[in-house]
Amino acid sequence: MDLSIFGIQSTTLAITAALTGVLLVAAALIIAWLIGPRSYTEMKGEPYECGIPTRGESMAQFHVGYYLFAILFLMFDVETVFLFPWAAICRSLGTGALAAVGTFLVILALGLAYAWKKGALRWK
Amino acid sequence: MKETFDFSIVTTWLHQLLSGCMPAWLATTTECVIIAVVLLAAYSLIAMAYIMYERWVCAWIQCRLGPRRVGPWGLLQVFADVIKILQKELITLWKSDKFLHNLAPYLVLVASMLTFACLPWGRGLQIIDFNIGAFFIIAVSSIGVLGILLAGWSSNSKYTLIGAMRSGAQMISYELSVGLSVLTVVCLAGTMSITGIVETQADGWFLFKGHLPAIIAFIIYVVAANAENNRGPFDLPEAEHELTAGYHTEYSGIHFGFFYLAEYLNLFIVSGIAALLFLGGWQPLHVPGWEGFNEMMNCIPSLIWFLGKAFFMTFIFMWIRWSFPRVRIDQMLALEWRYLMPIGLVNLVLMAIVVTQGWHF
Repeated sequence: MDLSIFGIQSTTLAITAALTGVLLVAAALIIAWLIGPRSYTEMKGEPYECGIPTRGESMAQFHVGYYLFAILFLMFDVETVFLFPWAAICRSLGTGALAAVGTFLVILALGLAYAWKKGALRWK
Repeated sequence: MKETFDFSIVTTWLHQLLSGCMPAWLATTTECVIIAVVLLAAYSLIAMAYIMYERWVCAWIQCRLGPRRVGPWGLLQVFADVIKILQKELITLWKSDKFLHNLAPYLVLVASMLTFACLPWGRGLQIIDFNIGAFFIIAVSSIGVLGILLAGWSSNSKYTLIGAMRSGAQMISYELSVGLSVLTVVCLAGTMSITGIVETQADGWFLFKGHLPAIIAFIIYVVAANAENNRGPFDLPEAEHELTAGYHTEYSGIHFGFFYLAEYLNLFIVSGIAALLFLGGWQPLHVPGWEGFNEMMNCIPSLIWFLGKAFFMTFIFMWIRWSFPRVRIDQMLALEWRYLMPIGLVNLVLMAIVVTQGWHF
């Protein structure tokens, strides 16, 4: 049980907050739809570019560099998830756990160093 | 010593009043509705206040007058803007993915609303209070990236695609540094709950309590939070001379307004988190030994303390934004992956050593 304000469960409150966000967007969209003008022109649906018709497909394959960074991000993000429980109680766990986590971090840092040496961190 | 006012007196009273006159499930529902209304009001008020704040600070830094015409000191300018933006037509491109195009603003706004509800506004004045609060904040705030990527991809335009890709790469990269800074503070506080983090700072803010590692974590947090917000020198996802407006180029009217709203709310959220993690949340400034001074500081309500710290942090973010030229994408990624990230990792170990050896104050 994880209680928050008014003694309501935090999960219920999180759902309430999410629904509030949805409500805000939906209400504003409905107001805008009611009072906004609507007109039809052929050119309105064209993408915003230099004024000439678009060439080729816009949902195209993209630079692989972003993909490399996403993979690296995944590695370190999962690492952060692993470290959170340790960080919360590292005071009582003491030096032994610190040494274990230090080893874990060194292995990760080696991974980062490898990616660095391979040139994955250099933008091409 | 006299404590600052506890807002849980008000909420307990309201809870007793409601459960006295209706069944438990109805009382809970009513309370949820009250919370939703308060959230909506606070969300829109803070967003409007921040838009005005940014325009005034920007004008002041650039030696301009800023908005002055509508209402006293231009205060009504932002209301005029809201009314104007509501009246605009919503345009959807022929080739765009209509469902995803409409879904993206929901994701961005819901992410910021969830994080917004986690902030501690004052003693006993916090809506969502998970025992893994710090983790929850990091988890939900990263939903915003999905909205931005969807917005860019579904618009089916080249500017938006490039803007979204840059924004995605930037936000996920700097999220790591934000996460590591939060981790450092969790390590020092010994708890992940927001209330716990604020309460352990009663005898001194973490910025002063945590030796060098806390100061390093604070600086890393300020840089990384600026970048995660796509602001300041890191605003290349919407670099206007290259990409017109980045990922929201093809959004018009209130659809664009949602991204704008979420951007300013995220600015408030990162300032609030900085205040919460490093500047003691709603805790007043206390100097050990100065009893009279501490007593005086306790007279200021905790809500004012929190908002004051958040606005102060925002001022620093705005100052950075209007002072530095935009960085290039390779410089931006190099800064994160070659400097902030390794420094953050070493800093975490340093903090763990400080904590386990009991060197902190």
